[in-house]
Amino acid sequence: MSKFKKKNKTEENIPTSALPDIIFMLLFFFMVTTVLREQELLVEQKLPQATQLQKLEKKSLISYLYVGKPKNTSLYGTEPIIQANDVPITTNDILLWVNQEKDNLSEAERDQITISLKADRDVKMGPIADIQFELREADARKVLYASVGKTK
Amino acid sequence: MARKKNRMSQEVNAGSMADIAFLLLIFFLVTTTIASDKGITNILPPKQDPNVPPPDIKKNERNIFKILINSNDQLLVEDDFRDNTEGLDQDIKEFVLNFGNPDQENVDLYNTLPPSLKGISSKDPESSDHPNEAVVSIKTNRGTSYELYLEVLDLVKKAYFEIYAERVGLTADEYRALSSRDAAEKELMQRGKENIPMAISIAEPDKTGGE
Repeated sequence: MSKFKKKNKTEENIPTSALPDIIFMLLFFFMVTTVLREQELLVEQKLPQATQLQKLEKKSLISYLYVGKPKNTSLYGTEPIIQANDVPITTNDILLWVNQEKDNLSEAERDQITISLKADRDVKMGPIADIQFELREADARKVLYASVGKTK
Repeated sequence: MARKKNRMSQEVNAGSMADIAFLLLIFFLVTTTIASDKGITNILPPKQDPNVPPPDIKKNERNIFKILINSNDQLLVEDDFRDNTEGLDQDIKEFVLNFGNPDQENVDLYNTLPPSLKGISSKDPESSDHPNEAVVSIKTNRGTSYELYLEVLDLVKKAYFEIYAERVGLTADEYRALSSRDAAEKELMQRGKENIPMAISIAEPDKTGGE
């Protein structure tokens, strides 16, 4: 009887010596998976909601175009602007930009380039249609309308 | 006295290690934005050669499901005015699976469909002949909001995905999650799509009114 009692007493507290290791493991996981945003957004981004979302399988093929009202209205005005990489561009520059993005890809993947159109939900169809027209001209026909899942 | 102190501090105190790690962890948790590359896929039509006139497509009116959206975000669906998009996906499903005037090939297609999809088919001669002919056309105005356009496109996609998923006995969510990397999943995907092309035509927006 006394033996049992003694054993109970010694097992009273949980060993916490492995806690730092566990936390470090979590930390490394997040450090590895984190992609720090390498570019600053110049436009407002509230993505529209949709239900039929699809994931793209190859991330290296995606190039991003941001469309929305500029955050800095004193510099860029209030009309929606297009942002590619780090700078605002006009619709006329899209052709050049797509060709630059294509050059970054390997020869075989060039025609598979996908443009992820991250447009704000308040944008009108006018600018979107212009972008689509330019993308057709640039022969980058795969478009992804970036959106977030609908919460019901 | 001094010697004793030295001996005591021989080991580094590792008790606060967890706290430091926690601090770092919380920092990364807060700053992380898991990039979401999710959205609605679309393939634009090839560019037009200015020297070649646009092909004159003769298509029966009944084979086109027309959705017009004006600059006030009002809809005109098959010449009927609508205020919201409710039930649009169901209408499109009925339109695609109408089988009003199928040829032999499409009669065979009809026979392969599961009973739940056969039930939708109304064989209305005024609607689409068969899924291979059916086209859903979305025409917007330059003043239409992008949000509504995407909502309509979303519903059209939903209608098609539900048909595809029903054919292979999955839910639409499961069907969309199929990856073309896995051979078995790719086969399922192909089987769902077979002979029912997702024909969505997005017309150049009108320039009048709105803006």
